[in-house]
Amino acid sequence: MSKRIDVKDLNVYYGSFLAVEGVNISIEAKSVTAFIGPSGCGKSTFLRTLNRMHEVLPGARVEGEVLLDGDNLYGAGVDPVTVRSQVGMVFQRPNPFPTMSIRDNVLAGVKLNNKRITKGAADALVEKSLRAANLWNEVKDRLEKPGSGLSGGQQQRLCIARAIAVEPQVILMDEPCSALDPISTLAVEDLINELKDEYTVVIVTHNMQQAARVSDKTAFFNIAGTGKPGKLIEFADTTTIFNNPSQKATEDYVSGRFG
Amino acid sequence: MTTNSLTTSQGAGRAGDKVFSGATLAAGCLILLVLFGVALFLVIQAIPALVAPPADIQGGHGFFAYIGPIVVGTLIAAVIALVIATPVAIGVALFISHYAPRKLASGLGYVVDLLAAIPSVVYGAWGAAFLAPQISPAYNWLASTMGWLPIFQGPASATGKTILTASIVLSVMVLPIITSLSREIFLQTPKLHEEAALALGATRWEMIKMAVLPFGRPGIVSAVMLGLGRALGETMAVALVLSSGVLTASLIQSGNQTIAAEIALNFPEASGLKVSTLIAAGLVLFVITLGVNMIARWIITRHKEFSGAN
Repeated sequence: MSKRIDVKDLNVYYGSFLAVEGVNISIEAKSVTAFIGPSGCGKSTFLRTLNRMHEVLPGARVEGEVLLDGDNLYGAGVDPVTVRSQVGMVFQRPNPFPTMSIRDNVLAGVKLNNKRITKGAADALVEKSLRAANLWNEVKDRLEKPGSGLSGGQQQRLCIARAIAVEPQVILMDEPCSALDPISTLAVEDLINELKDEYTVVIVTHNMQQAARVSDKTAFFNIAGTGKPGKLIEFADTTTIFNNPSQKATEDYVSGRFG
Repeated sequence: MTTNSLTTSQGAGRAGDKVFSGATLAAGCLILLVLFGVALFLVIQAIPALVAPPADIQGGHGFFAYIGPIVVGTLIAAVIALVIATPVAIGVALFISHYAPRKLASGLGYVVDLLAAIPSVVYGAWGAAFLAPQISPAYNWLASTMGWLPIFQGPASATGKTILTASIVLSVMVLPIITSLSREIFLQTPKLHEEAALALGATRWEMIKMAVLPFGRPGIVSAVMLGLGRALGETMAVALVLSSGVLTASLIQSGNQTIAAEIALNFPEASGLKVSTLIAAGLVLFVITLGVNMIARWIITRHKEFSGAN
């Protein structure tokens, strides 16, 4: 239940502005890959091209190929809706649907596209997803309460439960812990470690310790200056990136001698 | 004895604060006073009609026999107008906020707002002179094919000046109110929730059902209620379009009357008890709109826990 991602010569645009240039990267199935780099270097933008969420913004487009187990996400006739049901996403700020209960939030993706599900199967799926997100024990007695009543960390784990309930091949996480306190962050990081047994996980983070803690491989993105496109500088095993990077820019960034 | 140094005021700047808070308080009180004054005026002036012997009231069977049919007529006209206008308005609002290309959206939004700027007497004239004759063949068809339904019972009005025509004109008039308010609400849907739905693999329509409509629900209810307020109180258009008469179930015959049009048509020549009767009718309209607004508030607060405001 997980697929690999191969990106070939990807350019990402906002209108005529080239935001990310010439990315080539191969992300293994059932691994955790971290994207690090300074603000504005295009790592979040690039992440959003991996499930075609980039093009939700007006004027946004890409050139190049993103292959999910060999199938091009940007091939002719590919419906972004299909892509997104295979490549799930967790956002920077927790965003459970405020008008839905905790239970309905978990089932939100499952009930899409007119899919029907029996109550028994739904109950089982809710429990399974919430358990997988390490949230079951905290919410099992209040499944009918609104998701917005949970704490920030719980909301983010609810969003992860919602993403894995649709059984995607890949889970993208865009700075999932940046709005969370250290304890909630730890809970989410533990969860990421468990998720990689079943899913391919790609995480954008500003926190280098977090990248070092959770990821198998790390990609460092950088930008030459304002208005220039972001580029993938180096992609290697996480230990290599942090201890023995081959690029000077990577070494400067991970050791804090940036700029 | 030491004095608390924190108690000495700096003076400067506080005066402006006091003036401003006084001004806002006055404005708030003024609204209440006006509302109270209007209500008081209506009640005092209406009392003679309410206590008068039934035979003296127009129709000869007392005030409630007089007002009942036109209350029903008012509600029929307003409800039909909303049933027509609400789905169209929400559709247009969604098109403008989520489907149309940006340039078309702003142009269309502007045109819809223009609809609200047309004076109601113009709508009335349009309804009476253009829409009514154009639509009367459709009424004939309704009478011949669905005449077994009491609401479409024939013979259809030859002029087309029926309560249904008035309702259609009213629906065009409330359309811009509901559309602009809903559009503003839909545009305020948090991007976060829209993207959450899309990232789960929702189509655009599913995203709207999941994120936009639930978020906008209280706003839609308020917009519809504002539209209802306008439809209930609209006078000129109904007075011009509707060829009024006694309460009839058929929507395609002449007949029926609304409170606002009844007051407008009869007030100039009224005197004595007749004036009281018309003002009492106005009081009834006032109470109906008040009731409608309270129901709307109740609907909005009922789901507060899930409103997204927390």
